[in-house]
Amino acid sequence: MTAASTTPAILPARGGVLGALSDTFWRRPRLLLFLMLTPPVLWLGIIYLGSLFALLLQSFFSIDEFSGLINREFTLKTYGELLRPANLDIIVRTVTMAALVTLVSAVVAFPIAYFAARYARGKWKALFYLGVMLPLWSSYLVKIYAWKLILAKEGILTWLLAKLHLLWLVEAWLAIPIVGGNSLSVSATGTFVVFVYVWLPFMILPIQAALERVPGNLVEASSDLGASPGQTFRNVLFPLALPGIVAGSIFTFSLTLGDYIIPQIVGTSRLFIGQAVYAHQGTAGNIPLAAAFTVVPIVIMGLYLWMAKRMGAFDAL
Amino acid sequence: MTPAVSFQKVSRHFGAVRAVDAVDLDIRPGEFFAMLGPSGSGKTTCLRLIAGFEQPTGGHIEIFGESAGGVPPYRRNVNTVFQDYALFPHLNVIDNVAYGLMVKGVGKAERRQSAEEALKLVQLPGYGARRPGQLSGGQRQRVALARALVNKPKVLLLDEPLGALDLKLRENMQEELKSLQKALGITFVFVTHDQGEALSMADRVAVFNDGHVMQIGTPEEIYQRPASRFVADFVGSSNVLPPDFVQRYSGQRRWGSLRPEAIRIQRATGGDGVSARIVSTSYLGATTRVVLDAGGLRLNATVPSGADLPPAGEPVVLTFNREHLHVMEGEA
Repeated sequence: MTAASTTPAILPARGGVLGALSDTFWRRPRLLLFLMLTPPVLWLGIIYLGSLFALLLQSFFSIDEFSGLINREFTLKTYGELLRPANLDIIVRTVTMAALVTLVSAVVAFPIAYFAARYARGKWKALFYLGVMLPLWSSYLVKIYAWKLILAKEGILTWLLAKLHLLWLVEAWLAIPIVGGNSLSVSATGTFVVFVYVWLPFMILPIQAALERVPGNLVEASSDLGASPGQTFRNVLFPLALPGIVAGSIFTFSLTLGDYIIPQIVGTSRLFIGQAVYAHQGTAGNIPLAAAFTVVPIVIMGLYLWMAKRMGAFDAL
Repeated sequence: MTPAVSFQKVSRHFGAVRAVDAVDLDIRPGEFFAMLGPSGSGKTTCLRLIAGFEQPTGGHIEIFGESAGGVPPYRRNVNTVFQDYALFPHLNVIDNVAYGLMVKGVGKAERRQSAEEALKLVQLPGYGARRPGQLSGGQRQRVALARALVNKPKVLLLDEPLGALDLKLRENMQEELKSLQKALGITFVFVTHDQGEALSMADRVAVFNDGHVMQIGTPEEIYQRPASRFVADFVGSSNVLPPDFVQRYSGQRRWGSLRPEAIRIQRATGGDGVSARIVSTSYLGATTRVVLDAGGLRLNATVPSGADLPPAGEPVVLTFNREHLHVMEGEA
């Protein structure tokens, strides 16, 4: 016959260590998996989970109020301290802020994500990714300071609103207790705006990924069966995007719960959990209370995910 | 009688692409109407124009005498069975079927009952609690059908609904769809690229090519008397005969067509008939397809399997009944 008969049916083994390794890994795929997973598992298991466990342990210790020394006996006294009005106030403030930031981020992110998933093609898609990711490229601190300048009393926003004769609107808003203050840059509103700005990409991308997986003909099918656009959103798009919204809200919610830089630079002097942790483990030297404060967001996130699961947020996964 | 669906010079252009171009079409109430054509011929776009997913760039569409211009899909009493079923993955079967009633505000008990009845109609009683992901392709197809029928649409649109099913299931569903359509009396508009499916199921067939309707007629008309070379070739791979050839047998100098099963093959070297040579044979079960070369003209013949066929390369003589030679008046 022709050339076909001169080529062997089985090729000789490739020489060298790499060739031998390739063959070994092909025959024993679990070995490759083991080698690939060991370093990250060690990292996660020992360093990350280990420190988390150490933290948990610390929260069950207490501090001697006279000597300032840590009393290494198990007690729930430190957790009891969390319930003091001043500390409870910090927790309520932080959780409320995190919830509002998450809600507003989701509302702002959805149309952007919807556009990107449904309509953007080619260069528009590239532009979308660039637009969403670009803010993440520059330093977080720079962005926050930029916002401080934007929101300041002498800042560009005040100037612009003055030109539009809308300054009274901001002043009326700032006169409201709790959300208001001397200027936007030292008000809870300012903190809120910066939080939403900084975490928005973390909400947009998971929603976009979830919407991308929704076949376009489901929207058509819903419309075909007589659903108005609003009904299609409530009954089809929203439930199917929910895993993405929950994923995004895990980011925005937990990042807000833990952040201590944004409220320090933009906002009032009232503390958030992150700031409380920072203060207690640093100058105050109250590691147990700092640890107990840190457990709060973990518990809240756990409760949140459990509730999301019960509501069926992951059913479509 | 008011047509169920009426197209008057309807066009749908996508930029320079003329997906549907000046189509005139009347679909009668209660008929099983098939739109047949190769992919990209505009048949699915026509279906989407009826459903309201596309708006015509020209012309006028009427559904039961009412203008469909600017009417969104959710205000048309027309339902679609999608090619890949488009079942809602987050809802179970009963909620999928009851969806149309739910958005119309029908009460929970009533819509459950209607949905159960619809599931019974498509022979899936008791499947309500399952998720679409737990069903086979054939079952999903039935759920999609039930979901559309539960709304009692004036027109049911089916976009290649049997394309994803295997042969046996497809034949069963063809029978079922036909009897369902007869029983319900709803106008069915069925898109397919499978000529066998179109011929066996439809009351009338429209053959599409390149955004145009090439021919509309009963399956017999389309099959026996194709109006053009395209229809002859596409519907049942008829032999298209050039004017020279046709003139010899019919006296008319026009294009003609000859069904493969009309050709008889005889082992001979001369005599009455067309001398040809066997190029190849393919065994198809009950029949065998024979490719022939008649002096440069390629012909297909279908003969019963087991007939005495000479081997490839042997000279043969082809005969056929002259009545079977169809002269295409529509072709120049």
